[in-house]
Amino acid sequence: MIEIEHLSKWYGDFRVLTDCTTTVAQGEVIVVCGPSGSRKSTLIKCVNGLEPFEEGRIAVESISVGDRKTDLPKLRARIGMVFQNFELYPHMSVTENICLAQIKVLKRGKAEAVARARALLERVGLIDHAEKYPGNLSGGQQQRVAIARALAMDPIAMLFDEPTSALDPEMINEVLDVMVGLAEEGMTMIVVTHEMGFARKVADRVVFMDEGRIVEDAPTDVFFAAPRSERARLFLSKILQH
Amino acid sequence: MGGFDLAYLTAALPLLWEGMQVTLLLTLFGVVGGLALGAMLAVLRLSRARLLATAAAGYVTFFRSIPILLGIFWFYFLVPIWLGHSIDGFYAALVGFVLFEAAYFCEIIRAGIQSVRRGQILAGLASGLSYRQTMRAIVLPQALRNMLPVLLTQSINLFKGTSLVYIVGVRDFLTAADVIGARDNRIVEMYGIAALVYFVICFAASLLARRLQRRYAI
Repeated sequence: MIEIEHLSKWYGDFRVLTDCTTTVAQGEVIVVCGPSGSRKSTLIKCVNGLEPFEEGRIAVESISVGDRKTDLPKLRARIGMVFQNFELYPHMSVTENICLAQIKVLKRGKAEAVARARALLERVGLIDHAEKYPGNLSGGQQQRVAIARALAMDPIAMLFDEPTSALDPEMINEVLDVMVGLAEEGMTMIVVTHEMGFARKVADRVVFMDEGRIVEDAPTDVFFAAPRSERARLFLSKILQH
Repeated sequence: MGGFDLAYLTAALPLLWEGMQVTLLLTLFGVVGGLALGAMLAVLRLSRARLLATAAAGYVTFFRSIPILLGIFWFYFLVPIWLGHSIDGFYAALVGFVLFEAAYFCEIIRAGIQSVRRGQILAGLASGLSYRQTMRAIVLPQALRNMLPVLLTQSINLFKGTSLVYIVGVRDFLTAADVIGARDNRIVEMYGIAALVYFVICFAASLLARRLQRRYAI
């Protein structure tokens, strides 16, 4: 469903992504991991065109992301994205956050959008907070709202950019639980994360990145049992030590 | 000089009120014109077209580096020489206020827009909103909340600053008070009243600014 072929990206003269190639099939869950600065976030932001790239090709359901003729807003509306810092709109209530793009992009009526928002809030366990503002929610609650906001667009795939790394430890699981539920329902997902427990549990494949390259792209059990590259071994030994 | 004479003040009120209307009009037009021009400048400053951004930045730097009184002198004394006819002091001052305030408003608006995290724009775009929709629904409402108190403070400054028109013979509130005081030999009372009126209005406005800030802070 998502094909990334020989992707390279520069900031001026500085090469940030080098020849990245991978594919994500319908219903697959891919975990992207690697040391900080390995440009995992940059890579997934290329998938919905938030980051431009200079070389290679990305196609989502055969629609080329880099093509100037592609209607990017239309494409993005079909791909949900969840950010490290939640990025809920602070001047809108939780319900308004979830309704905005439904109304403006999908042209749903207000009643329909609100109904969808409430159903999703029910699902992520936050229906009691529907009228609150993001500033009055905990980080874990905000991130669950952000997931609901993305799901409200009925996406064909979801991108998660370090969804739990800004959270206090006790809130990580409430967010991961929602993500595991999604994965089990068959949502296509690309997840940038350091949560190796989550990766073992639901990922079909692990993509390991270092310095803007995809160093390893292997089925989850293979990756954890016997990473081929020295760098992946080193990375795993560092984060799995405790 | 004797005690404070309420009857005298009542007699002076109509002239003072006329002056206050001029002051309020100058402030209103100055703020509206300054905001409109300032918003355009801010858009240019933030645009990716480097030439436009530099030109707008140059404008801001230039007008912020010159006393506003000098600007009023230009439009009152110099521009008429080129035009060949005189300019009414009110309009000369107003043009000066708009041009100078625009520089300040530009910076306030720019800072307001830049105070909104880039992630907010990404979130809007990622949800399928166009750049324009993202600006209108997500960035500008937050920017406006962030800059509201500063905009009000700047407007209060202009309200006081309009008293510069004294120099070019426009009968604003302060000028009116001065003229009456000199005419009736009541300078102390008139300057006292003028100070009191400016204080009450500015203090009330700054209280309002603080309340708005608390109410809309995010």
